[in-house]
Amino acid sequence: MTQLALVIDLNVCVGCHACVTSCKQWNTSGWAGPLVDRNPYDAAPTGTFFNRVQTFEVGTFPDTETVHFPKSCLHCEEPPCVQVCPTGASYKRADNGVVLVDYDKCIGCKYCSWACPYGAREVDEQQRVMKKCTLCIDRITDLTLPERERKPACVLACPAGARLFGDVHDPDSEVSIAIRERGGYPLLPECGTQPANHYLPRRKTRMYIDPEELVRADNPLRKEDLTTYQGEETLDDVTW
Amino acid sequence: MHPAFSVIFLTTLIGAGQGLFLALFTGQVHALANFLPTQGAAFYAVGSLLALLLLAAGLIASFFHLGRPLRAWRTPARWHASWLSREVVILPVAMGLIAAYGLAHALGFTTPFFTLGNWLRVDPSLVLGLAATLAVFALFVCTAMVYAGVPFLAEWRSPLTVANFTLFGLSSGFLLASAYAAYSGNALAAVYGVWGVIFTLMALVTRWSSLYRNDHLKPKSTVQTAIGVRHQSVVQKAQGATGGSFNTREFFHGRSPATLRQVRLGFLVLVFAVPLLLMAAAYVTGSATLPIAAFGAQFVGLLAERWYFFADARHPQNLYYQSVA
Repeated sequence: MTQLALVIDLNVCVGCHACVTSCKQWNTSGWAGPLVDRNPYDAAPTGTFFNRVQTFEVGTFPDTETVHFPKSCLHCEEPPCVQVCPTGASYKRADNGVVLVDYDKCIGCKYCSWACPYGAREVDEQQRVMKKCTLCIDRITDLTLPERERKPACVLACPAGARLFGDVHDPDSEVSIAIRERGGYPLLPECGTQPANHYLPRRKTRMYIDPEELVRADNPLRKEDLTTYQGEETLDDVTW
Repeated sequence: MHPAFSVIFLTTLIGAGQGLFLALFTGQVHALANFLPTQGAAFYAVGSLLALLLLAAGLIASFFHLGRPLRAWRTPARWHASWLSREVVILPVAMGLIAAYGLAHALGFTTPFFTLGNWLRVDPSLVLGLAATLAVFALFVCTAMVYAGVPFLAEWRSPLTVANFTLFGLSSGFLLASAYAAYSGNALAAVYGVWGVIFTLMALVTRWSSLYRNDHLKPKSTVQTAIGVRHQSVVQKAQGATGGSFNTREFFHGRSPATLRQVRLGFLVLVFAVPLLLMAAAYVTGSATLPIAAFGAQFVGLLAERWYFFADARHPQNLYYQSVA
């Protein structure tokens, strides 16, 4: 079975919010109607977003590190939100595992948002229904698009390439390999929701260079060199 | 969690209505066995109407919780999986059975089908009352499980939630029955009053236990597991919105800890202390108005109790919404 998901590399994300704006742009312009914005240019702007970039500070000054943390629906394999929905408006697509809301069936009771430990669902105050990330379902399943564009808007927008998209049930997919080989982990694993989206951890990119890697301590030519040097280039200067 | 008044009124009103019906039916069953004096049809009929009105008021209140109330007819669709769906199925069933029970009394459908032993006259009102009793208890369970069933809301996820909802329904319902009997000059006021007090005391035990339990809960999820960074000190600096979002409105009560403590003290006084004192006074003086005051105090207290029930629950999503920047 296919389980489409995002893998987000926290080591790469620079917190530019390009995924947020492209997500909003694509999903507010689609067939499902706009995503509400209230007082967008006023003192207390608010609105519905599928994707948000949050920022956390790890450690205490001066030993701190800033972690930009993009957060959207994780398309859980055991979605508690689907379980509690009284009308069946929330469902998990059988063919690709994307968790969706049927906006025509939703009664806006918000119970699914109570059941989501990640806060991934947001009510649209204008349409008065629950909304959430669709993984751009209208885009990734649109066969009229060229294949390279059949990806969520956020993935296409990310300038740093921090967002990978693919089938996490296919062991040879880019996302599965990333999870496996780069320490991919789920959020709030203790909640038992088995999120399909994974995150790749921050890494320190350090290079350890031993002095012996720069100068050959055991250069055999040195032992065999019988020259008495008077300030000119030695063998160490030319053979390293 | 943000306490929604629609849900506060729904759960308290239907609880009192359910309890009132159970009091009426208990009275009827005891009268059959000659433990209590038999009442006229009007007592049961008007009492059932009162219970029905409370349930209807609760149902109407619940509609204010919905973004799309006109689509509420879709709600029973997932009764096999969702407790909310089950509650919506069983609420009209209970209302229908209570209405039928009241009508059976009002229209005099009390000719026994058959008599068990030489005293148990099985008539339509008894059968309907029994069915309604089952529905009412099922409704208590469904209403409470809507909250106790959310997997990671630790404050709610406990059998104590079911016990509290049931016992608060019973206590307020029996106090209301006592008030109703006292108002109509009925001798049952004392019996209902005693049971109202007993259920109030039982509710005190379970609610106190749940308060104690919630005060000592250790959150399973932390900001470290929320973002997957293993470090002692992780502080949120921005939450992706400057002016707040649905997540900051729906899952925070937005009140100070002092307000919370006051509400907690207030509901403990109004739900337990005041009604118990008033009922004791009513017992001594034989007053017909004190049980009404006792029910009134407890109901107002229950509104505060339900408010606190929501405000007390700390949702794990709040880990992602700790700071607006």
